[in-house]
Amino acid sequence: MTGSPVAVTGLGAVTPLGPDVAALWDGLLSGRSGVRLLDDPAFADSPVRLAATCDIDGRLDRVEARVLDRVQQLALLAAREAWADAGTPDVDPERVAVVIGSGIGGAQTILGQYDVLREGGARRVSPHLIPMLMPNGPAATVGLALKARAGVHTPVSACASGAEALALALDLLRAGRADVVIAGGAESCVHPLPIAGFAQMRALSTRHDEPEAASRPYDKARDGFVLGEGAGILVLETEEHARARGARVHGRLAGAGIASDAHHVTAPDPSGNGAARSITLALRDAGLSATDVGSINAHATSTPLGDVAEAEAFRIALGDARPPVTATKSCTGHLLGAAGAVEALTAVLTVRESLVPAIRNLDDPDDAVDLDVVRMTPRAHAHDAALSTSFGFGGHDVSLVVTR
Amino acid sequence: MTYKENHVTTANYPDLLAGLTEIVDEICGSETAGKVALDATFDSELQIDSLTMVEIVVACEERFGVRIPDEALEQLKTVGDAVQFIANAGVAA
Repeated sequence: MTGSPVAVTGLGAVTPLGPDVAALWDGLLSGRSGVRLLDDPAFADSPVRLAATCDIDGRLDRVEARVLDRVQQLALLAAREAWADAGTPDVDPERVAVVIGSGIGGAQTILGQYDVLREGGARRVSPHLIPMLMPNGPAATVGLALKARAGVHTPVSACASGAEALALALDLLRAGRADVVIAGGAESCVHPLPIAGFAQMRALSTRHDEPEAASRPYDKARDGFVLGEGAGILVLETEEHARARGARVHGRLAGAGIASDAHHVTAPDPSGNGAARSITLALRDAGLSATDVGSINAHATSTPLGDVAEAEAFRIALGDARPPVTATKSCTGHLLGAAGAVEALTAVLTVRESLVPAIRNLDDPDDAVDLDVVRMTPRAHAHDAALSTSFGFGGHDVSLVVTR
Repeated sequence: MTYKENHVTTANYPDLLAGLTEIVDEICGSETAGKVALDATFDSELQIDSLTMVEIVVACEERFGVRIPDEALEQLKTVGDAVQFIANAGVAA
């Protein structure tokens, strides 16, 4: 069944490529890397010392920031940018909803406060601990700041969280439960413990001698993903609402497809079936066929197994259609619960600007991946629809279709 | 306890008031700290919520070496109440 599209009227992003959407897009087009070596002594014994981090020092008022976990700060900064970009609309708060996913929530607070507990006892633990660690913290923070009273939601589906948030936002608008939804994802867990956990899964790149070359989706020499942090937020509105207020429209979220693998808690289903179903469902939802897909912003994390499984999903769902493929994570690293939102946002810009960013570090494409990958330089390519895919530990498959 | 009694007692402890003001400045910012006065109420006048109040209490305990139990916290409506409680708990100004 096909659903109606909704308008994308505001964009906001804080990423390792810079403080806003302009820096993200410029970084992607110029092929910059946001990955660096972690030189903080806390990571001295870490098996992996690579990450893609954001610089937000001084961007929030000190008093405001001290009761917000870093993931909430990132979400708030991106949401403020998106809301301003949407023209700071004067909307009845009871018609504004928030959907912001996060894979892990306030990880840095929970880990830091555990240190406080062990060193100073229970009475030293911050009374703000719980609201800072809860996974719905980023959504709640944004809902409070922008006065959203139509509901505040938090899908938690690991690396698909940001994409699932946009899918849920689309549902809310189509169901008439809100006129405007501030939606996206946020993540910040660059800390020795999560890194140790991902490293023990052998999921992370260990290319310490070349940090900026560590995230290399589809390249033969890829050896894992690079942990990143950031937030991506989109302001979505019903077409009627956007039109009535004369909003500038960046593009449209036209369809979403959600499936689940039921295969393994972390390994992708090598058949690609779940991922493929999510793509097929998203296209059907948007009323489009495989040949309508003008570009793909792939999940492509740079893990040896995942990239191949995803390519197989594209083959199943799209058949002979071979749209150009880009992979944002080659520049930003893997933003986990923020990734799907940042990448859908990038897909909106890709369609709007008729320009597909190149995949950084793709020096020697893997023969096992039969895709039209965009490498070396951005490709000028006028098209009307882009697919953005996101998959998460737990077997979550989420695909989104954005249109002009 | 009346405001007048508060005032008379706490006037003897300017360092306590200055210390508490510094704590409020650190936790709530200079705008709130600028409103700190002996008769200012923590909730309605300083707009300090219950979670933040716990932070202030813990900061006071560390700075002044006193213990402020939860039962006492309920009675501390104004800045003067807090200063007097800390003074009575045996802190030399």
